[in-house]
Amino acid sequence: MAGESKPMKLMYYPGCTLKNHARNFDVSTVSSMAELDVEVEEMARWNCCGTVHALASDDIMHRVAPVTNLLRVKEANASEFMTSCAMCYNTLKRANIDVRKRASALESINKFMYLDKIKYEGDVDVLHLLEYLRDRIGFDKLAAKVKKPLAGLRVACYYGCLLVRPKEVAFDDAENPTVMENLVVALGGTPVPFAQKTECCGAYHTVGNPEIIADRTDKIMGSAHEEQADLVVVSCPLCAFNLDFRQADAKRLNPEFHHLPVLYFTQLMALAFGCDESALRFDLHHIDPLPVLAARGLMGPA
Amino acid sequence: MAITTSPTTMRNSPLQKRGPFVARVEKIAGQKLLACYQCGKCSAGCPMAAHMDVLPNQIIRLAQLGMQERLMASSAIWTCVSCLTCNSRCPKGIRIAEIIEALRGMAIGLRRRDDHLDIRDISLETRGVLPPIALISAMRKQTS
Ligand code: SF4
Ligand code: SF4
Ligand code: SF4
Ligand code: SF4
Repeated sequence: MAGESKPMKLMYYPGCTLKNHARNFDVSTVSSMAELDVEVEEMARWNCCGTVHALASDDIMHRVAPVTNLLRVKEANASEFMTSCAMCYNTLKRANIDVRKRASALESINKFMYLDKIKYEGDVDVLHLLEYLRDRIGFDKLAAKVKKPLAGLRVACYYGCLLVRPKEVAFDDAENPTVMENLVVALGGTPVPFAQKTECCGAYHTVGNPEIIADRTDKIMGSAHEEQADLVVVSCPLCAFNLDFRQADAKRLNPEFHHLPVLYFTQLMALAFGCDESALRFDLHHIDPLPVLAARGLMGPA
Repeated sequence: MAITTSPTTMRNSPLQKRGPFVARVEKIAGQKLLACYQCGKCSAGCPMAAHMDVLPNQIIRLAQLGMQERLMASSAIWTCVSCLTCNSRCPKGIRIAEIIEALRGMAIGLRRRDDHLDIRDISLETRGVLPPIALISAMRKQTS
């Protein structure tokens, strides 16, 4: 898909967390896509996606934030855009599916956005980066760009909820997705079996009930450790926060808990494509990934 | 955390109360409560079940029976994180998470209790560490 000489352009929605705590996800997305000859272009005037999809059958108010973003894409004369945050993807895509089905809700939202010259008509597609890599770039083509294969690196791929549920949003099997494992193979690494890969991490309970997250993190990371994983990869900054930063709580809960680093899948790409270290931003991690990567000969000694 | 009364054994609910409450939950959630035949698959796969005072299938049963007070007082409606594991596995295609969200909305809307989460209870230090994605989703789900 991507031309050898002229880079493809792809509209990109980063989301607020990728501009704050998860800058490592943002910079590794942009840098690794450049290696694939795709120029990601951050959309203008994006706003918060709303974070969670309101489940009430007649909800309109909570669709305004996501639909405004879809309208911004349309304003830029694009018909599709990509986001690498699983939560943004889920929220934006579900809002899109909902307003495509409920004409009256869409009409109300368009009325609300009366200051905008154009109307949203359900005519923008929401893509997740993993879906784009698999279906548009192709893992064969991606493998050809690998400069530093992740040889020997054992990776547990964690999907959480948002990439696989509900089924209208999923771009892979709900119970046993494999898109990230296939990416890891293309990068030269070794995916490990991972029973907890679609078991929820507890999400926003990290705010008011961190003890629930400690328990979930213990179970999820413990299952990765049992499979002798070197690290866990994710595509959601909330999963990343819970599974990485809450490891101290998990250790308090279970003294046998074994610390493992948590990386974004885009950081693995940046590593394998030989991107500059500034594209990795390992300084933003709680559990430092350098020692395991050094042990596999993938980075200089920490 | 301990279940004091087993909700599934409460068969003699006051039926006269059932009507409007059931209708309201069904309308907000867009689901038919009586479609549930209590197989328990939702609770079996629920990652939050260990932290709930009433299990997801029991929540549906209580709702079928119109036991509004019991539901509004349960902590489980706040423990559910809308991970949708139950929805994707229910053999009857019931969207349990939608039903629980309707109950949360009713609990906040009825002013039976204040917002479930009070941001003032979270220390400034913790607030500084939490990413926006955590704070926004928690506020969206647990406050009015
Ligand atoms: S999901 Fe989050 S990170 Fe993504 S934009 Fe929405 S609030 Fe921000
Ligand atoms: S934050 Fe946790 S709850 Fe959310 S998708 Fe990630 S896994 Fe699920
Ligand atoms: S899985 Fe469906 S039918 Fe079974 S108990 Fe739960 S809601 Fe009822
Ligand atoms: S949506 Fe709620 S009830 Fe259903 S499995 Fe997830 S946490 Fe449990």
